[in-house]
Amino acid sequence: MYTFSNRLRLFAIISFALGAIMVGFSLASVPSSVEDMKAMEAAHGHGHDGDHADAGHDDAKTAHHDDHKADAADHHGDEKAHDDAHASTDHHADASHGANAGHDDAAHQDEHKLQQLQNKPWAAIYIAAFFFMMISLGVLAFYAIQRAAQAGWSPVLFRVMEGITAYIIPGTISIILLLFISGVLHWNHLFHWMDPELIREGSPTYDKLTVGKQAWLNVPWFLIRAVIYSSIWIAYRQISRRLSIRQDNATDNSNFKKNFRLAAMFLVLFLISESLMSWDWIMSFDHHWFSTLFGWYVFASMVVSGVTVIALVTIYLKSRGFLEYVNDSHLHDLAKFMFGFSIFWAYLWFSQFMLIWYSNIPEEVTYFITRIEDYNLPFFGMLALNLIFPLLILMNSDYKRLNWIIVIAGIVILFGHYIDIFNMVMPATVGPHWSIGIAEIGAILLFLGIFIFVVFTALTKAPLLPKRNPFIEESKQFHY
Amino acid sequence: MSNKVIQAMYIDDDVLMAAVKKVRQENHHIEEVFTPFPVHGLDKAMGLEPTRLAITAFMYGCVGLAVAIVMMNYIMITDWPQNIGGKPSFSYLENMPAFVPIMFELTVFFAAHLMVITFYLRSRLWPFKEAENPDPRTTDDHFLMEVSVHGNEDALKALLLETGATEIKVTEKH
Repeated sequence: MYTFSNRLRLFAIISFALGAIMVGFSLASVPSSVEDMKAMEAAHGHGHDGDHADAGHDDAKTAHHDDHKADAADHHGDEKAHDDAHASTDHHADASHGANAGHDDAAHQDEHKLQQLQNKPWAAIYIAAFFFMMISLGVLAFYAIQRAAQAGWSPVLFRVMEGITAYIIPGTISIILLLFISGVLHWNHLFHWMDPELIREGSPTYDKLTVGKQAWLNVPWFLIRAVIYSSIWIAYRQISRRLSIRQDNATDNSNFKKNFRLAAMFLVLFLISESLMSWDWIMSFDHHWFSTLFGWYVFASMVVSGVTVIALVTIYLKSRGFLEYVNDSHLHDLAKFMFGFSIFWAYLWFSQFMLIWYSNIPEEVTYFITRIEDYNLPFFGMLALNLIFPLLILMNSDYKRLNWIIVIAGIVILFGHYIDIFNMVMPATVGPHWSIGIAEIGAILLFLGIFIFVVFTALTKAPLLPKRNPFIEESKQFHY
Repeated sequence: MSNKVIQAMYIDDDVLMAAVKKVRQENHHIEEVFTPFPVHGLDKAMGLEPTRLAITAFMYGCVGLAVAIVMMNYIMITDWPQNIGGKPSFSYLENMPAFVPIMFELTVFFAAHLMVITFYLRSRLWPFKEAENPDPRTTDDHFLMEVSVHGNEDALKALLLETGATEIKVTEKH
């Protein structure tokens, strides 16, 4: 039996408390109005001119909602396009009209920027919440694959995986809470499509494209779906865990067989729910954009982070002397999965990027233009973290057996996939005003604290070696 | 000193493994072992060096990548930078996504083929090469260990028989 070490528990609690304070601080220091925002900027010493240019700049790139509105053939869009052309080309335009339009535009930009700044701490919380939920979901999928494939090497790691998947409950609950806050309480503007003004006929921001997607993207159905996905995952996790523990003291293998069938069923449901989840929880931030392999892309990110966390937790527990039968061959296998799934992730990332870059269709390519222009370093930097570094360091068979190499590679991979989620969420919610500061680090610490606490508490609940698993003997003897 | 070798025949791979370990313990030099299929762990038991083929494959892959980059940089960017469907051909980096499939394939192509050729060269395999197995049964269901004779031939024979050899033949080395 594993006992939760006091030092680790203390670390988790401190991390949680510190994260909560930092997040609270960043939420409190958000500007509440345009005047507030201007005052804060003046205090920070931004020149008014530069600031203005910046606002115009970001509006042109990130507010593709507006572009689409102009494209849509409604009266408002036509009028607006006409007005713009008129104002910029006709030198005889009357001065007061031009000035007035300019004033409206600036006010609109300020409003836009204010919303983005207000979104920033929420987006940071959302990213961290999703990141840790995604890790445990990735582990759950990996665990189900191991069960369905009747893998002979992994049963000694099942309890570690079950421990990590315990986080799926607080993880999905925190996501649903955040969705509730955005959709029902409207405390933030994370999901732009949730703005009721976009679908109200006659409203100045009426958006035909959002109306077209209303059948899928409406708040009640959105929340119901979130609950459905979460219940599928939680149900599988709980039932599988119960069967796994029951198998320890069973007299036959019926629990094991049930778990096998359950895993196969779950994998079917998982692939569907995961794909839909990625459209809902990630892709709908850019609700004018769509990509068909997005679900796979998010899956690759979650499974590689999941395997990495399994490896890190295993190394930690092994170093504390709790996993007697885990040897460096098990570690080697995990490292191979880290290596392989890193490449798989890069393959999907590149497939998505290259297809869109190559065809360069305006409605698709805005997604990457905002990222390349405003998020250049994170966008391309994550390639180095998620592909090139693991590729080079985990290629060597001997390195895959060294704890410290796996720990370093694991930390780099986890950071890289955090940045990956960051790149998916931030551009649509805060535009060019991103940074990795108090809000982001605080949110990571907050959820890291919960994650460690939940995972290691779950690990104390059952013996770390499954007893009557039919493959346990093979797994104990496993060597490569 | 003559070039005599003793060829001991075995009919089971487990017996063979035990024999290899025993013979090595007694400090006899095993010239060669012929088996009809790969015997897991035999190379370790014989004390063979691990292969370096993977390292050569990595280097060949790097060569392939370099070839792809240099080739396409010369053709598409330096030599005749045409505007083909609006793709930016001002620098290699700007148009790189379009080159990645070729870079990837050439890396794999070089790594795979050159490694295979290296394997053939190092293990001296080519068409019309004369087969080297001392007994045709070693391609079907028998295992053969060749031990060089230095000193007491009878003691070595006794040792091999003791390890479970079914046949023993003393020959001059070819």
